[in-house]
Amino acid sequence: MSDEGKADGGYFGRSILRKEDPALLTGRGRFVDDLQPDRLLHACIVRSPHAHARITRVDTSAAAAVPGVKAVYAFADLPPMLQQKRLPLMSANPLIKQPLTQPVMANDEVRFAGESVAVVIAESRRVAEDAAALVDVTYEALPAVNDVRKGLEANAPTVHAGTASNLVARVPFVVGDTDVAFKGAARVVKASFDTHRGGGFSMETRGCLAVPDLNAGSYTLYLTSQSPHRIKRVLMDMLEFADHEIRVIAPDVGGGFGPKGSFYAEYALITACAMRLGQPLKWIEDRAENFVATQQERDMFWDLEVAIDAGARILGLRGRLIHENGAYVAPLGLILPWIAVTHVQGPYVIPNFSIEMLVAFTNKVPTSPVRGAGRPQAVFVMERLMDHIARATGLDPAEVRRRNFIQPSQMPYNCQLIARDGKPVIYDSGDYPEAQRRALAMARYADFRARQAAARTEGKHLGIGMASFVEGTGLGPYESATVRVATNGKIIVCTGAAPQGQSHKTTLAQICADLLQVSPGVIDVVTGDTGAIAIGVGTFAARSAVNAGSAVHMAGIEVRHKAILLAASMLKVSPEKLDIGAGYVYNVAQPDQRKSLREIAIYAAGSPGYALPGEVTPGLEHTAYFTPERSTYSNGCHVVEAEVDIWTGQVTLTGYWIVDDCGRAINPQVVYGQVLGGTVHGIGNALLERLLFDEHAQPLTTSFADYLLPLATDVPRIEIGHMESPSPLNPLGVKGAGEGGTLPAIAAVIGAIEDALSPFGVTINETPVSPMRIVDLIRAAAPETYA
Amino acid sequence: MKDITTVRLTVNGEAVERAVESRVSLADFLRDDLRLTGTHLGCEHGVCGACTVLVDGKSARACLMLAVQADGAAVRTVEGLGTPENLNPLQRAMMEHHGLQCGFCTPGMLMTLTEFIEQRRDSPPPSEAEIREVLSGNICRCTGYQTIVDAVMAVLNPPDGAA
Repeated sequence: MSDEGKADGGYFGRSILRKEDPALLTGRGRFVDDLQPDRLLHACIVRSPHAHARITRVDTSAAAAVPGVKAVYAFADLPPMLQQKRLPLMSANPLIKQPLTQPVMANDEVRFAGESVAVVIAESRRVAEDAAALVDVTYEALPAVNDVRKGLEANAPTVHAGTASNLVARVPFVVGDTDVAFKGAARVVKASFDTHRGGGFSMETRGCLAVPDLNAGSYTLYLTSQSPHRIKRVLMDMLEFADHEIRVIAPDVGGGFGPKGSFYAEYALITACAMRLGQPLKWIEDRAENFVATQQERDMFWDLEVAIDAGARILGLRGRLIHENGAYVAPLGLILPWIAVTHVQGPYVIPNFSIEMLVAFTNKVPTSPVRGAGRPQAVFVMERLMDHIARATGLDPAEVRRRNFIQPSQMPYNCQLIARDGKPVIYDSGDYPEAQRRALAMARYADFRARQAAARTEGKHLGIGMASFVEGTGLGPYESATVRVATNGKIIVCTGAAPQGQSHKTTLAQICADLLQVSPGVIDVVTGDTGAIAIGVGTFAARSAVNAGSAVHMAGIEVRHKAILLAASMLKVSPEKLDIGAGYVYNVAQPDQRKSLREIAIYAAGSPGYALPGEVTPGLEHTAYFTPERSTYSNGCHVVEAEVDIWTGQVTLTGYWIVDDCGRAINPQVVYGQVLGGTVHGIGNALLERLLFDEHAQPLTTSFADYLLPLATDVPRIEIGHMESPSPLNPLGVKGAGEGGTLPAIAAVIGAIEDALSPFGVTINETPVSPMRIVDLIRAAAPETYA
Repeated sequence: MKDITTVRLTVNGEAVERAVESRVSLADFLRDDLRLTGTHLGCEHGVCGACTVLVDGKSARACLMLAVQADGAAVRTVEGLGTPENLNPLQRAMMEHHGLQCGFCTPGMLMTLTEFIEQRRDSPPPSEAEIREVLSGNICRCTGYQTIVDAVMAVLNPPDGAA
């Protein structure tokens, strides 16, 4: 770890200490619930206890009579625009046949347990909660759809009363001709997969604080979000604000992992209530609400078959994916299953490919991306198929993969698919066989079978699993960055990318520091504030190093160029004679002839009557937008060793090795942290995390005592080796790092468990697997085990 | 009808006397009444550990304890550790090992670990498994824990020659 105080350039690629940490380590972070303006009111939302019901009556009178209650609003009390408008589709797609999005508040029908029915506003959260219990809602229960597959059957009840079916969209993805491929196959391997993913479960729940500025006639919404600029655009649309009338700020954000990237009804509701009451109003989701009202990822069901030739090379893959959408089309539309289908191919050559994607409603909270966003499921099904091919052919699982890898010589490699952004899926760089080779070497794979055999003689069931992945990262359309030298001398970087722990304040400062030849310590990075930079997108989809990083790079180059031109004018020397360093632009031949960046910034602001040099725009600043041509593809390989106790079903991960390639690393320590955290999220998805619902779609897991997140004792020490295949698609050569750890973890862990249980002939085509489920699988495959 | 009680306690060494509703949790009291917002609420049902504080030297879930139960106690919160300009050794080690990302669970982690480190000061260095056991009552969704474990090992098992 190097000292952050040096100013010799070359910060890119160094593990400098994080600028974020001192405040967060001393209780001085500013999360949304830490903001406590004067005259603050508190909201509590009344939510439906039914997954599907008709509302016949809402009586708020008893709640309104509670001392300290300021207002109680149900649907009929909302301003007309919020009664008429539903949540918008932020990623619209003409293939969505039933674009039924969520209303701000339920009117006459609730379609998931947790949907909001009324809001109570009071002087304290406690009083609001007391009164919320007195809001009297009369429901008539309607039949609910829990299992998406049953919801697609003829005569199934519909999630939206009065509609003809639960189908949201049916989209075919076709490359080549799978019929021909399957006719020519030496062997066909088939499997059905049940892939469940849980929720994001950031440690900070959702929440927002709307503050009216009665003097300016404008509003500020503070919220915990991954994309405040997009939230602002939706609020402008729903509440008919002009650009200057609403500002959205994401202060410190306590984790995101996907669900905080979406727009939610509460943001429009709380803003509208604060407008009506003329007072600051805060709503903080409690954890019980978080389990029913924050979007989750949940179920995908796959039926797949793969055709191989006599050498175990894949000729074609075909099948169907059913994605469980939840009760409403979420603002992000179809992207989740779309990403899943377009990541199935992974690092392998699959010349013929055909998957039909079905998306259908259920009476559950809508779905959103969760770290990985459909990709971990895609990696799971492909890697499980690879293991099935190995078993069918008797080949080593690593060898089956080697025979099918896309080779480095084939880069750039066109998968012939269209990604969710409408761009072709073209892998830009990477060496997949080498990543696997290195990971297997770290895991001492060559002598694993001997270790496994030795363990078995002691009655221990040891297994090894592996998974390779390719991940589309750096999603467009763009990200913004302003680099500014303020007239007080401060260097400021502003960006639309809004971090939730990804260290933007450090890594973006590193990029800027190199260009202006200063220490990152003197650069302030401002994120998540629509008042700091007008246009932006946000931080999700492992996109910010690529997009925001490149935008900072572009803006920094321009500011450096402007500083030299302005200083040349001030010093009356030719710009070629000048250089920048340590806060000055100076004459290389005569270093005491110099101007500080502050002096230059003041000069650049201009004085009436004094001309600026002709070719320079005013202000020592520049705003740039990086617009990637298409996504850039990270890759890697995970190898896991697991021990399974066949009597209890307990899985202990005994070793974990990773090779990760996300292009050039801005800060290797930060990348290391992203890969570790993502991997442990995937371990949770393999072993622990399942959202349970009963047959009426009633949520059964609504606390951290029911829904288990991985603890420090659940995970082994993880060793990470890095490779760097720079991306040719951006000036920094970077790729996304935020999700890569999660992608292969589930497949690798499940593969290791299956391998450990190979003496019993157990096949595992589902995730997660609990200890009870493991015992059931052993009993089903080898009943004599427990006889 | 509000049930108000006066509580007297010390928080980070300073005497505090406040009238408080009996049903108010210690966490809400610290955050709302004393404006010590470093203590975070992650679940309010005692599982995640984000709200962990020290009460008379022992770690406690501030979400599961009432403010009135802290009457007469000495409470320590994250604000009582080092300052941004002068981090204590644990805070410094967390920074050097990248033991935090979003930082939301961090205050609870620090208080749990402060108790452990103070107990272990004169004992032999703990094993990695022991440290993981101590951390198992605090959930972190960002880091995967390994970097936190490394920070604790660095504090309790400093390289030869270091203090």
